[in-house]
Amino acid sequence: MKRIALTLAALPAMALAAAAPAAAQNVAITNARLVIGDGSAPIEGGTVVVRGGRVVAAGKSVAVPAGVHTIDAKGRWVTPGIVAGFTRLGVVEIDGVSQTNDAGAGDSPFHAAIDVAPAVNPLAMPVAINRAAGITRAIVAPESEGSIFAGQGAVIDLGRDHDPITRRRAFQFMEYGEDGAREAGGSRPAAFAMFRNALMLARDYARDPGSHPDQGKDALLNRYDAQALMPVAKGEVPLLVHVERASDILTLLDLKREMPALKLVLVGASEGWTVAKDIAAAGVPVIASALNDLPSGFDRLAATQSNVGRMIAAGVTVGLGTINDNDARQARHEKQYAGNLVALTKVPGATGLSWDQAFAAITSGAAKAVGMDGEIGSLKPGRHGDVVIWSGDPLELSTTAEKVFVDGVDQPLQTRQDLLRERYMNPAEGNLPGAYRR
Amino acid sequence: MKAGRIRPRTALARIVTGAAVALSLVACSSNGDSHPQTASSQQAPQSYSRDPYPSTYHAYPGVPTLVTNVTIFDGEGGRIDGGSVLFAGGKIVAVGQSVDAPAGATVIDGSGKVLTPGIIDVHSHLGDYPSPSVQALSDGNEATDPVTPDVWAEHSVWPQDPGFSRALANGGVTTLQILPGSANLFGGRSVVVKNVYARTVQGMKFPGAPYGLKMACGENPKRVYGSQHRKPSTRMGNIAVDRQTWAKAQAYDRKWTKYEQDGGDMPDRDIAMDTLRGVLHGDILVQNHCYRADEMAVVMDMAKEFGYHVTAFHHAVEAYKIADLLKANDTCAVVWADWYGFKMEAYDAIEENLPLLEKNGACASIHSDDENGIQRLNQEVAKTLAAGRRAGIDISDATAWKWLTYNPAKILGIADRTGSLRPGKMADVVLWNGDPFSVYTRPEKVWIDGALMYDMDDPSRRPVSDFELGQPGAGDVK
Repeated sequence: MKRIALTLAALPAMALAAAAPAAAQNVAITNARLVIGDGSAPIEGGTVVVRGGRVVAAGKSVAVPAGVHTIDAKGRWVTPGIVAGFTRLGVVEIDGVSQTNDAGAGDSPFHAAIDVAPAVNPLAMPVAINRAAGITRAIVAPESEGSIFAGQGAVIDLGRDHDPITRRRAFQFMEYGEDGAREAGGSRPAAFAMFRNALMLARDYARDPGSHPDQGKDALLNRYDAQALMPVAKGEVPLLVHVERASDILTLLDLKREMPALKLVLVGASEGWTVAKDIAAAGVPVIASALNDLPSGFDRLAATQSNVGRMIAAGVTVGLGTINDNDARQARHEKQYAGNLVALTKVPGATGLSWDQAFAAITSGAAKAVGMDGEIGSLKPGRHGDVVIWSGDPLELSTTAEKVFVDGVDQPLQTRQDLLRERYMNPAEGNLPGAYRR
Repeated sequence: MKAGRIRPRTALARIVTGAAVALSLVACSSNGDSHPQTASSQQAPQSYSRDPYPSTYHAYPGVPTLVTNVTIFDGEGGRIDGGSVLFAGGKIVAVGQSVDAPAGATVIDGSGKVLTPGIIDVHSHLGDYPSPSVQALSDGNEATDPVTPDVWAEHSVWPQDPGFSRALANGGVTTLQILPGSANLFGGRSVVVKNVYARTVQGMKFPGAPYGLKMACGENPKRVYGSQHRKPSTRMGNIAVDRQTWAKAQAYDRKWTKYEQDGGDMPDRDIAMDTLRGVLHGDILVQNHCYRADEMAVVMDMAKEFGYHVTAFHHAVEAYKIADLLKANDTCAVVWADWYGFKMEAYDAIEENLPLLEKNGACASIHSDDENGIQRLNQEVAKTLAAGRRAGIDISDATAWKWLTYNPAKILGIADRTGSLRPGKMADVVLWNGDPFSVYTRPEKVWIDGALMYDMDDPSRRPVSDFELGQPGAGDVK
């Protein structure tokens, strides 16, 4: 969420525009069990101060400036809002109702150029439901259909306003492995050829846009797609690649050696633990599925819930995502997944995460994977003022978000589901039909 | 569920073992020497087998085991803190505050741990939609006709699905019902299995469990067939085909019942109608995939019209809207904790469905319908329980455990044998390494019929299916 946009307003109006959000975006929370989100241990009796929508201080001995609205957390957990690592939040209302599903566009001639941002509807029901669960930011990727390139993803906030985009065209998303092979015509080598050819044509286009006439539907890469791939080739935006099999991961790491400018990020990586040292050495971050433990395809025979723990132990930067896992609606499950990774530490032979590591994987870890940990994902000074006060341990199943701030703004947490529940607490009709109860 | 992919989901029906009942009827009529015989009844009537693929499951050896100082949720709403449970010979022997250890019994100190009946998932597609999820193993929907009560899930179940081992080790699941999918109005028969690997599906079948009949209403059948420009393409088409089929089943039943009583020419067999006849006789239990409240109400009237009973509505995301109707009809609701919005008919799902059903006196149960969700059904209940409490619905942990074991057993017609810790019942037991409603807790030991089938501390008690043998990561802690 950004400040209110300045328009052609006169000076007094401009002053108001600057002042009004600032007033709403200042808050201090004291007496907290404070989690910074960077993997450090919780701080008892901590304070966080947000001014002008940004964190200015968080820690043990932090003074609250005069005049800042202050909330006493009474020892409760206070953390950065959850950063959902890989989602389709805000671009889908109901998966199965095609008119409300903007995740993919199978009949479009455009692929890499597709920019998911205009599809984001901050009033979509899944946004409200996840906001109420303490999710404040999400990495939103388009879905690939008809090409390995899905298009340009965005990082959004879940605040209830009409300004959801934190970073537009934040990355390009691409399918490799089994899914990429299918989209490219039937094989992994075909997917690889499509990738190399696209980057080659994109470079040609960049050198001389006039030499790249529009060849219509037969073009191997149309002009708009070529334009969208240039920042990928130059390493100006990350390239997120969905991949699961160990050998496919190594193939991509080879590609990164060949094209060092590429800012490669692996998505999924169910067999990542088997090549974790290579991933760490290449400095490639991963947005992983936390609990995939089934060989649901031949590209993930070695899947185990220990995958994330083993990758982190090897030095890989990992954030959790909901990859092909109710990605339009259930980012809130990432808290539960993180808790499960902590539970794993008690299982002999498994590799889990400490609580601090697990919480970082759903906040700063996800942000870091897309190069945005300077902006979101922790309560370090300068970050967006996304703060949640929880009723208990945020990873525990019985815990709820009691207060959610996005850019320092106190958010409404009631959902349509709450209203349905209240309407049917006693289902029988009374003096009037249920439709009159609201 | 994968995003954007709507896998048809259905509810299953089960069959009560009609075999014994039907055979005894046959025996009576064939003994009737004194009955006047008509010319056409010279031959004694022959019926057909109700159990042609009988269970060959056997319990594995166990040792008498006493767990002491443990928190017990008995599965029927009871709780004992610092109690003891003794099982031997595959059965629960004693449950109480203090139980003496017989000579030679293994004694386990359960301090800080929780002992419960094994979890029962009433809605699974393990084996008929197994891992790996490839077309060659995709055997859950006979989506070639909307009426297929002739197909039996057990003829699709692949006993080497790696998913069974995850449900056991991570989920504490000891019994599950495997259903056909929900593409069809009449999807076919379900099968109830013990979660014990075997070479054959018969080797997994829960001995004596009734069959179910999977039926489906709503979006899936009308979408699958409507898109082929076939009937049904609407909800009214769904019910029309249902009613015509039940009318046919009634006629079939009249013919066979008359024959079984009076003899005469044996009527033609119709494998599909055999299943529906079992439902009309109450031997096969109707497990009906249905999301919307208004549709469930229509289906319950249809059941009355044709003289059968709906045992349970599965996926019933709007059950909370008609908890009173469900209670009045003695029909259970089988639901998720927090799935919503993946299709239109799931739009009104709420997290408090289970607590609201319990509050209003309706029978309710959790289910997974998912190879991942089945590994965390205790966590699903924890979420819905907490949501209910926040809404002011005060339900105890021990009562909520009914949604995981006793109510599912009731819905499967096996509550007299499993689903709670009562002396004489099967020793299907899970020892959790902490509060099973905490995210930080895992199954530590799982016994099925008193045999230790999973032990967190013993890698030799962790099954590896044929499919995974020799593959990367085989035998790993999954």
